[in-house]
Parts: sequence; structure tokens; C-alpha cells
Amino acid sequence: MGAYPSRDAGTRAFPIVIVGHVDHGKSTLVGRLLHDTDSLPDGKLDQLRSVSEKRGLEFEWSFLLDALQVERDQGITVDVTQIWFHTAQRRYVIIDAPGHKEFLKNMVTGASRAHGAVLVVDAKVGVSEQTRRHAYLLHLLGVAQVVVAVNKMDLVQHDQQRLLEVEREITGYLGEIGIRPRAVIPVSARNGDNIAERSTVMGWYRGPTITQALDGFARRPSPIDAPLRLPVQDVYRIGDRRAIVGRIESGRVSVGDTVQLSPTGRRAHVASIEDWNRSQPRETAGAGESVALTLDEEIFAVRGHLLTAPEAPPAECRAVAVRVFWFDEEPLRAGRRMRARYGTADVDVTVAAIEKVVDVETLDSGPATHVERNGVAEVVLRSTQPLYLDKFADNPRAGRGVLMNDYKVVGGFIVERPLQASRNITAIRTSVSRPEREKRNGHRGAVFWLTGLSGSGKSTIANGTLRRLFDNGWQVQLLDGDNLRDGLNADLGFVREDRAENLRRTAHVARLLAESGVIVLAALISPYARDRAEARRIVGDGFYEIHVHADVEVCRLRDPKGLYSLAASGQVASFTGVSAPYEIPVQADLVLDTTAGAPERSIEALVGYVNDRCGLGVGERHGGWGAYLA
Amino acid sequence: MDDLDWLEAESIYILREAYGRIDHIAMLWSLGKDSNVMIWLAKKAFLGRVPFPVMHLDTGLEFPETYAFRDRYVREWGLELINDACPPIEEIDPSLPPNSRLAARKTAGLKQALAKYGFNGIIAGIRRDEQATRAKERVFSPRRNQGEWDFRDQPPEFWDLYNAEFPPGTHVRVHPLLHWTEVDIWRYIRRESIPVVPLYFAQGGKRYRSLGEIGITFPIDSNAGDIDAIVAELETIRTPERAGRAMDHDSEDAFERLRVAGYM
Repeated sequence: MGAYPSRDAGTRAFPIVIVGHVDHGKSTLVGRLLHDTDSLPDGKLDQLRSVSEKRGLEFEWSFLLDALQVERDQGITVDVTQIWFHTAQRRYVIIDAPGHKEFLKNMVTGASRAHGAVLVVDAKVGVSEQTRRHAYLLHLLGVAQVVVAVNKMDLVQHDQQRLLEVEREITGYLGEIGIRPRAVIPVSARNGDNIAERSTVMGWYRGPTITQALDGFARRPSPIDAPLRLPVQDVYRIGDRRAIVGRIESGRVSVGDTVQLSPTGRRAHVASIEDWNRSQPRETAGAGESVALTLDEEIFAVRGHLLTAPEAPPAECRAVAVRVFWFDEEPLRAGRRMRARYGTADVDVTVAAIEKVVDVETLDSGPATHVERNGVAEVVLRSTQPLYLDKFADNPRAGRGVLMNDYKVVGGFIVERPLQASRNITAIRTSVSRPEREKRNGHRGAVFWLTGLSGSGKSTIANGTLRRLFDNGWQVQLLDGDNLRDGLNADLGFVREDRAENLRRTAHVARLLAESGVIVLAALISPYARDRAEARRIVGDGFYEIHVHADVEVCRLRDPKGLYSLAASGQVASFTGVSAPYEIPVQADLVLDTTAGAPERSIEALVGYVNDRCGLGVGERHGGWGAYLA
Repeated sequence: MDDLDWLEAESIYILREAYGRIDHIAMLWSLGKDSNVMIWLAKKAFLGRVPFPVMHLDTGLEFPETYAFRDRYVREWGLELINDACPPIEEIDPSLPPNSRLAARKTAGLKQALAKYGFNGIIAGIRRDEQATRAKERVFSPRRNQGEWDFRDQPPEFWDLYNAEFPPGTHVRVHPLLHWTEVDIWRYIRRESIPVVPLYFAQGGKRYRSLGEIGITFPIDSNAGDIDAIVAELETIRTPERAGRAMDHDSEDAFERLRVAGYM
């Protein structure tokens, strides 16, 4: 909707949002704004007038926005729409935000894109519940530029005294949440007073009209001077090189710069910024740009990692104090487990504590056991994985996220402060070093992590390899998913969080064994790339991801544990490859395809691979373990 | 960065999210200007190649110029094309108004392809400014597998933290051009020299502003014979872009009905 205006076509339209309590006249204001700035397509008004007539309704300006039939029937605006208009100065895009309480999630969707807001208040009714709630959310979302439209002045006889009363009320509230409105404007949207034209009936008012006030808004500055934050979105191959792709959230990056990867801490220099069909390669790129970077060194990176400026990396923490806004019908309680997504990271979190729930009416906040739907609260989130977050106040784009439950977005959060882990743990240096152990064993300790579908042959290959290595005199141990679930992981099920925890514990056990010089063969389905990356992070050097691949059809036929048939009949929930996903490794160190051929071939290949990775040089060896080679 | 740079960067980000997070994905290629821009953006996002199939829902009723364009650029752009024929009109809901019924063949063609190839993600080049019901869309928009769109209960979407994971039995429509406008598209086509079907340029005082099937798509009065003239025309034009698409005008809610049932 809204004609595309000609002026100033070379710059982005300035995004604004119109918020306020239901029935205070937001849609009318938008309709009038379009008309009075001459931004309506030809025929639109006539079409709506005739539709209104056909339905026996008196024409309302708000019909312009009620483009969907159901909205007209229900008399409320259902969802975010996008509408363009222009003033003499520039183009605007209105993200229409609805006022009904049920639709908070839509308002957040709209307002999160806005650089400025018009808060509409009914002159007769004054500040209402949604007025406060919307204003509070603007503040949470970082929309600081606000004008207040005191609407329906015609219903209070254009009384200046009434304006002053409403003004006192609203500026008082806004002041407490740190918003200073640019103007408080008496308007009558229905009659077009002080929208684009100065009112003739409110001559006592000397301030700006709505369009004049909007023209005074400044664009939110692009965070190009903040430290570099580039969440890794993906890694693409270009021939034999790898490019890390993602969008720069803040800062800038140039060819030759040193960058640091969280969580591994590895550093490298930017070798190139890759593009397609560009006349000149980019030497530098800044906040907002989507890039593909090659580095001068191959460092392991996956989606969810973060490239940063080495001199100013984000805090690493496992707990974070956040302000949450909550959408889910199920109230938020301490102990609840969810997924948190920020940048491209996707981590499991637990609500460690609900510190305070904010009453947006009174702005009181007090202790509470839970957060109701549409509520706002201060909460501590904890994760077993490290989090890399900035304070929202310092770097908004790197200090915010969404909360997910199953497949649903249940809330959003902004970071108040990362919490230092005070764990009172000091690592003790052991008196026997890893190289000493490895020398005695005659080989290095390492972890070979076999991932693949159930029935792909992981256990068979791991067991065969175990036997062969043991017979050759190696220190070797098998960690099998099923066996571990019998003891260490007996408390865990198969939901997403439990699978992650299962792998985390297994990875820590594998690491202890590898540090003591043992070769670990870990055979676990480990379907999620994120969990495997976490295992790699926990183990550190000497971690090898082995993808045991077989087509799911083949696995189904083999079905060594009878699980596929159980899954097919619905008796096993979330079974990988059937009712739960398997994310194929994109950067596996070794792929063993077992679709065709005897398992002996894969065992042979893995034994050779282990030997190459763990065998010590001639001078380092002792004993007769090298016999394998003969 | 100017406004086109911002739009381009955002679309590339969206395309990379879609490709990285959805396992079986395809892009709809209607052969119109918007979907050509989308392919161009995909080539930028994936450094020169389009790593998923492009799908033309073929009713057999496109203009000859449109087919010629398709056959040429499939080769030049190195695309993996799926162009199965859409189900015939006889299989389409007879209660729909005639023009909408013709358009609904595409919806049926899409459902057919979803079932046949098992895609759980479809990238489509719709824009919010095209049509009022499209203005309601999300960038990542979940659909039940029959394609229905529940516009009353759309998921929240904010801060570009898109949700790409939906329950089994759902597919996702991804809309990388959602925030572009018609004139943005043409200015970008001009900047990047992206080829388009020649029917967009005026001949004998008429040009197609929006391309669809023969019989339900009509040209507008125009003398805009090149991109500069089109951009100039759009900066003053006061009629909606889809005015020449008959199905939008069958009845007041025709297009909405199409979309709820799964139309793009």
C-alpha cells in the first residue's frame, strides 16, 4: 500500500512505528497521514469509500489499513503492515503496530525495525495500560526517539488545559523509563489537525506538526565504530580455500586485519573479502555488510562461532543477567530450560533465577516466582556452553537474542550484564604430564568421534578398530552412546537438551582419557553439528570427527537394534533420521561410507587413520607396538 | 552503504540463513523481474553459483518471450531447473472466480512439487509493497504442508534473528525481497545490469508492469522503453503494480483467498 514517492529515492525510507492503546486512533492517524501527505495510490480512497458504502458503513480513515477482510470484520488491525509516505524532506515507512493486548508479539516484530515512534494517546481517556506497555517496550527495544500525538482533540473541544493534563501524565511516565519525547502534539486525526497541516482551530499550539516532528528524527547510527562482531553464519568452499561468511553486526574489517575466533581463541589475518561480479574486490567492509572472508590460516570455524577484534572481544560467560519479554502462554519459571539464539549462536540455557518482574503500569518491580505472558522481567540465564555477549547498552546488536521452546519463539532478551563465573575452582597442575604418558604408551592420546545414523555401523567399526589397536599394544578405550546411557548418562532422555548434555558429559570423559594418553573411540549418533562442535571445543587438540555414512534406507534395513521399526510404529519418539534431524558434518576429518562393502574395509581405513594421527616419530617410540605396520 | 547496498546485504543474509538452516530448499523462479533479482542475489550470496534448484511452476501459458528468457538464462546462469507442468484447470476448486482459478494452478503445481521433491523450504520473491496481504508476511513464514497460511497467528520475528526451525509437517516460505519496493527492484536491475524479459519495456505505447500468464495479465499504457524511463515512470505513477493482474480483481478478497490457500 502507499504509492512509492519520488523524492529522495536514493536513501532508505525512515522506519517508524505507530503505537498506543487500542482505540486511541492509530489507524486513523496513519490513514490521515497518507492522505495529507498525498501518498495514496489513485483510486484507493474511492475504492474504500465504495466498499464502506456497500457494507452500509460510514467511511473511516482506518479502513485504509484494514486491508484484510477479517480485520474489517473484527474491527481490529491484526498484523504488521508496511506503508510508505513522504514529507518534503524524506520518505518514511510506517510499520503499523496494532494495539490489542493479544498482539504484543506483532508490535515487537514491527518496533524492532523502527528508528522512531509516534505514541498515540486519546485526549479524552488519557494514558492507558497499553500506552505504558508500548512505551516500555520501545524503551526495551532501544527506540529512543518518540513523539506523542494526543489524539481526538475534537472530542475535548480542542481544550489546551486538557492537553496539558495528558502531557503531564505521559511525560511523567516516559521520564521514568528514560524517554524524553521530542514533542507532545495535540491532533485530531479524523479532521487532519496538526498532522501535516497546522490546525486552524488550535491556534494556541505553537509546536511542530506530526510531520515536522518526524522530520526532526535522526537515523540510528550504524555501529561501525564499535568493536568487530561478525557471527559465523556458514563456511563455504571456494576451490580448496574456505570462506567464513556472515554479516558484520558491528565494527569493520579490512584485508590484513587480525581477527580472533570465539570460542577457540584462534587468531588469523584476513586474506581477502570474496565477492561475485564486483568490479573491484572489497578491501574493507563495515557494520551491516554481508561478507565472505578468507583467512591466511585454516582455523576451525562453524556456524555459531564469533569473529571479533582481538583487542576487544566480548565477555565470555556462562551466566548472564538479561531483561526478558515473554510471549508464551506458559509462564516463565526458574529452572525452565530453553534455547537462546543470538547472532548465529544457538545454545541451551536454564533460567537460573527470576530476579524481578516489572509492573509496566507502576514501574514497580518486585520478586516473583514466574513471568506471565506479555510480561517483562529481570532474569539470570545460565548455560553449560560459553556465551559471548556484549551489554545491550554498549553494543545493541551483539547484546540481544530470542528464546525458543521447541519450534516457537517464546521471548526476547537484552543483556544487562554478563556475569563473571565465580566457581571457586582452581585447576591443579598434575605431576605427570601428557607427553610423559604418551611417551610411555608409545602413541598420542586423541579422540576419534564417530557420528552417524543408527545402523550406519559406528559401533561395529569402533569395536573392530578397538580390537585391532589393542592387539597392537595401544592404550585404547571405547565410549559407546548406549553403554554410557546405562550409567553416567542414565538420567538423560532424547529431547534436544538431553542429547546436548549427553554429548557434553561424554566429551569431558573422552578428554580425561585422552589427556592420560589413551586413544578414545567415541561412537555416538550426535546428530547436531552444534553439539559436535561443542565436543571438539571441550576436547581441544587431538579431536577428529569421523562421519560414518550410510543411506538412511540402508540403515533402516540393517536396523541392528530394531529401533527403526519401533520408530516407524511411533513407539520411539524423536528418532534420528526418522522423526528427528541428522545434520550431516560439513567439515568431517574422515568420512567412512558403509553403504556398500564389508565393515572390515572401514575398520582398516580407520586403523590407518588413527595410526597416522597418533603414531610417534621413530625417535619417540619404544616397544613393539609398531608391528601393526607390518 | 546506500539504500540498495542495505537491501542487498539483508537479502544475502537471509539467503544464507535459509540455505544453511533448511536442508531441502528450492527457489521459485517465476521469470519475472523480482525473481531474476533474487537469483542474482543468490549468486552473490554463494559466490557465483546457485546451490539449490530453481523451480518454474509452468502452466504452459507464459508468453513466448518468457520461455525464451528461461531457456537462455538456465544455461547462462548455470541453474538446476525444475519445471514440471502444473495440474490442469479441471483439478482446481471450481468455486474460485475464473481468473483466480487459473492462478490457483500455480498453487497446485507448488504443492505437487513439495510432495514430489520433499522440499521443506521454498524461497519466493514476494514484496510487502506489492499487495496488501503480502504486506502481512514474515521473512521466514511457516506453512502447513498443504501450504495454508495462518495469517492470524504468525510467529514473532525481530532483530533479524529468524526462526528457520518448524515442526514436522510444516514447510517454510522464505522471502528475501520482502522489504524491497518496486522501484528498488528496477534501480537494482539498472545498477547491476540484470537481464529481464523484454515485455517490461514499452512497445507501441504499452508495457507489462507485472508478468503473469497470457489471458490474465494485461499491459499498462506507457512509453517507458528503458530502465531509466521505467524508474522515472514509477516515481510518479499512482496506480498499483498488480493492476494488470486480473486475479487480484475477481472479487474483493480473491487474492487473500488465494494466499491463505498457499499461493505465493
